[in-house]
Amino acid sequence: MKFSEQWLREWVSPALDAQGIADQITMAGLEVDAVEPVAQAFSGVVVAEVLSKERHPDADKLNVCTVSVGADAPVQVVCGAPNVDVGQKVPFAQVGGVLPGDFKIKKAKLRGVESFGMICSASELGLAEEVSPGILVLPASAPVGDDFRAYMQLDDSTIEVDLTPNRGDCLSVRGLAREVGVLNRLAVTSPTITPTPVTSEMTFPVRVEASAQCPRYLGRVIEGVDVSVETPLWMVERLRRSGVRSIDAVVDITNYVMLEQGQPLHAFDLANLSDEVVVRMAKQDESLVLLDGQEVTLRDDTLVIADAKRPLAMAGIMGGEHSGVGASTQNVFLESAFFDTLAIAGRARAYGLHTDASHRYERGVDPELAPLAIERATQLLCDICGGKAGAIVSAESAEHLPAARSIALREARLEAALSKRLEADDVSDMLARLGLEVERTSAGWQAQAPSWRFDIAIEEDLIEEVARIHGYNNLPVRRPAARLALRSGDEAGIDLGRLRRQMVARGYQEAVTYSFVAPELQAVMLPEAVSPVLANPISADLSVMRASLFPGLVRALEHNLNRQQSRVRLFETGLIFNGELDALSQVPMLGGLASGKRDLEGWAASSDAVDFFDVKGDIESLLALGESDDWRFEPGTHPALHPGQCARILHRGEEAGWLGTLHPEVRAKLGLKQDAVLFEVRLDALSQGRIPAFTPLSRYPEVRRDLAFIIGAETPVQALFDSVRAQAGEYLKDLKLFDVYSGKGVAEGHKSIALGLTWQHPSRTLNDEEINQLIDSIVTQVRVELKAELRG
Amino acid sequence: MDHLPALVTQAQGAIQAAESVAALDELRVRYLGKKGDVTALLKGLGKLPPEERPAAGERINQAKQTLADEIDAKRQALESAALDARLAAEKIDVTLPGRGQRNGGLHPVTRTLERIEALFTRIGYDVAVGPEIEDDYHNFEALNIPAHHPARGMADTFYFDATRLLRTHTSPVQVRTMKSTEPPIRIVCPGRVYRSDSDLTHTPMFHQVEGLLVDEGVSFADLKGTIEDFLQAFFERDDLSVRFRPSYFPFTEPSAEVDIQCVMCGGDGCRVCSHSGWLEVMGCGMVHPAVFRHSGIDTERFTGFAFGMGAERLAMLRYGVNDLRLFFENDLRFLRQFA
Repeated sequence: MKFSEQWLREWVSPALDAQGIADQITMAGLEVDAVEPVAQAFSGVVVAEVLSKERHPDADKLNVCTVSVGADAPVQVVCGAPNVDVGQKVPFAQVGGVLPGDFKIKKAKLRGVESFGMICSASELGLAEEVSPGILVLPASAPVGDDFRAYMQLDDSTIEVDLTPNRGDCLSVRGLAREVGVLNRLAVTSPTITPTPVTSEMTFPVRVEASAQCPRYLGRVIEGVDVSVETPLWMVERLRRSGVRSIDAVVDITNYVMLEQGQPLHAFDLANLSDEVVVRMAKQDESLVLLDGQEVTLRDDTLVIADAKRPLAMAGIMGGEHSGVGASTQNVFLESAFFDTLAIAGRARAYGLHTDASHRYERGVDPELAPLAIERATQLLCDICGGKAGAIVSAESAEHLPAARSIALREARLEAALSKRLEADDVSDMLARLGLEVERTSAGWQAQAPSWRFDIAIEEDLIEEVARIHGYNNLPVRRPAARLALRSGDEAGIDLGRLRRQMVARGYQEAVTYSFVAPELQAVMLPEAVSPVLANPISADLSVMRASLFPGLVRALEHNLNRQQSRVRLFETGLIFNGELDALSQVPMLGGLASGKRDLEGWAASSDAVDFFDVKGDIESLLALGESDDWRFEPGTHPALHPGQCARILHRGEEAGWLGTLHPEVRAKLGLKQDAVLFEVRLDALSQGRIPAFTPLSRYPEVRRDLAFIIGAETPVQALFDSVRAQAGEYLKDLKLFDVYSGKGVAEGHKSIALGLTWQHPSRTLNDEEINQLIDSIVTQVRVELKAELRG
Repeated sequence: MDHLPALVTQAQGAIQAAESVAALDELRVRYLGKKGDVTALLKGLGKLPPEERPAAGERINQAKQTLADEIDAKRQALESAALDARLAAEKIDVTLPGRGQRNGGLHPVTRTLERIEALFTRIGYDVAVGPEIEDDYHNFEALNIPAHHPARGMADTFYFDATRLLRTHTSPVQVRTMKSTEPPIRIVCPGRVYRSDSDLTHTPMFHQVEGLLVDEGVSFADLKGTIEDFLQAFFERDDLSVRFRPSYFPFTEPSAEVDIQCVMCGGDGCRVCSHSGWLEVMGCGMVHPAVFRHSGIDTERFTGFAFGMGAERLAMLRYGVNDLRLFFENDLRFLRQFA
């Protein structure tokens, strides 16, 4: 809501400047977004009268005029505007004046004719956004010679207030003035509205079918309206200062009354109404062409203003094209109604509309305002456009009008809520100034909310009003008291922060990528994935929920590769989304990506690229925070990963994640310049640690034996480990793999795996014989199970 | 006996001329060993008259001791020279960079969320999290935002269908906690939230921390104290001015927007604060009784407050970041600045 300072001051004028008013209402909950001058700086412009006009001897489109600027001799000026005419009062920039944009007015010669100044258009004075070819014509009453700024009261400010949805009552000068009056303890004067005498016989019947949605409807005919009359400049200016463009006199008047009083009005062309006005719910699929030319198919939850034949307007939202006032209109049917908020709420949005009327009705328009506003509009219409007012026809359903809300406010509750005892008289006064009817009771107050305050219904609403008017910053400050109760922790748990810091220690930078990704990207990386799709995405690129952290990480890699960052280590934690909406799982994951050189470039660094085992080592460092033995890696297949370099990660036998090199085909499709190794693991599995359990230290010596086996190149080392462990007995303390070799000395299709086994007994020295027996059974087992031979 | 001085002089010359510990060892054997030249003199003592023997023995032993000392001294000198030579040979350029990996770093949003969580958990709040795909009930209805409420227009919502959506705030976590827990409740709820808005100052996803405290006798003064303490602690400025402006949220009443004195210009007015000297940093209020009723909390017995803030906004102010979109581009040159 925008309003001009001067307009407000006609109602209430506190001893504050525009900024002061803005600050004051901001601190009362009406947040001011901007305070701006209504006109840019300009000077040397006066009101002038055009005395003569002659065609320029050498230019068809120019006129040579003389203008009177008051006492001094008339001034000659060359003017190119098509609408300039003798007798007009015009804004005239004199030589030495400066127009907006630092445009200095100088004596000039146009095609040989001297010109001493400039007759200005509204846009040249910064008073209209569109550039108009014509000059601004002032009312005949404009006093010649007066400073134009003073005449137009341009030393004014527009205050733009960003109202919260509960304060629909402030969407008018009336409402804002009321609030300013309360804050400054000033009386508010509204313009005098005298009911216009009924001088026309014409009326038009009104019937309300949907009384719950429209408890009050007032209509009247204004007969013999001259629609061609220009809107008076003062009204155009007020509208402009409120950010509303002038359309024609009738529309301008309805807009003006809406801004002034807060009551949306609509004017119909009586000639286009058949038989009666009916306020009813739309029939499903009825169609209506709106004022903006758009044809809408109505739903049956929409309230319409109709006549005997068809819907005329979407009630409280927008009028129809067919029934609107136009150049040929002679008789106007003026509507001033109260529509229930629930009947309008959400409807405009459902049709993709948002209008000044719907904005107000959704928030609540004072039901008592309709009669006042229709009189105000009648008065202005008759004054400006002429015409005779017919009698007001009204339809009202008292039972559906908002019931008076009487609310109890307990003194004790108020004090407890604010931690402050306020003087009872002050509280009564604040509430009364806000328009509530207040009574003292033994417990506190009983207050009836005014008809314009839809947001006051319960005790807390009154507490808020008191706090607000008293001033939040005048209320005390204290710290909450709490009972100090210890709670047991979760020692085995590994919190997210610990996992993140481990990744950081391993050189990974944390990334945060969007939870929605491009469907094409996800399809390339996870063709089988099903995840929810947004119905209203911000763009197609961000329309499907990620089913993995991979797509986002890969995009982040690409971003960095395109910016000369070739060594990239990223990790992210967050939810991934799997399944249809009805069977959705939202799973917290930790994922990462490594690409580029293994080492930082340096004098002692290798230039090898990072590979699978580097990243596996990083993951193992995470697993080591918990119970490493709970985890296994097995060969797996994942659509985004290289089939020969892909591990399925299992936690206690259940799939918990994936690790692998990006599939070369996927990489090619994504156009990535570099290879990357990717992983993701379920966070719930990663966060399961353990509470340490002590094992006594053995005082007896360890026995170490190294064994090298030749096994098939395709046989996973894990199988060898499992086989060896199964036979190594309970005193095996450690099993290490210290060499993997294939090549000379090892048969084609085979590899040599060197293992170091360490045994230790808790309470005695192990002898060679028992160790040899264990080794024999290991060798036998491995031979049988894996066709592995001890390397000679 | 008479040649003892000569022998000593000769030995001394040899010791001084020795170039290695091995050569010294040889000299020790040659002069002082069992068959050494000086030792041999001792053996010849028997040939002297008995009255001369003690004095002669004394002299020989003194000579022996002198030589032994000189050998030791020389040995130390040689060893020390050898060590010096080795140390000189092993000298490195200590200004060469160290070997190894560079640390990564936490995302500035994480860093900020962790700080906020720490400030609250330290005084007894718990951290609560919840799903990001929510339903209409938890995101709106239970927070006193019925269908068609104009407040739904305050945040543009991403929908999947008529009832499922991406949460627009972390308040659903508060709802879930209030339904499952008896007061007193003290939680902070950090997490990703989503609004259908994308321009210079909005991203469709961002992070919030909301807080909730429900107990007996909680007042607006407790809320003001908590928020003031928090903001002063977050910015590590005890004198930071904080002001509360009446506002409106359907789930709190009274509701307030919180402004702080601009941390960029100290309140003098700058571009960041639009020359007002104040920065809007969070919203808060006393929990609306309708919200309590949805969760079955007795509104006569319990009161509470809730607050919410944007992590990116706070991170931008804390670290001077001037472009919100940088948080989600994951540019390493940006991320490394927060390591």
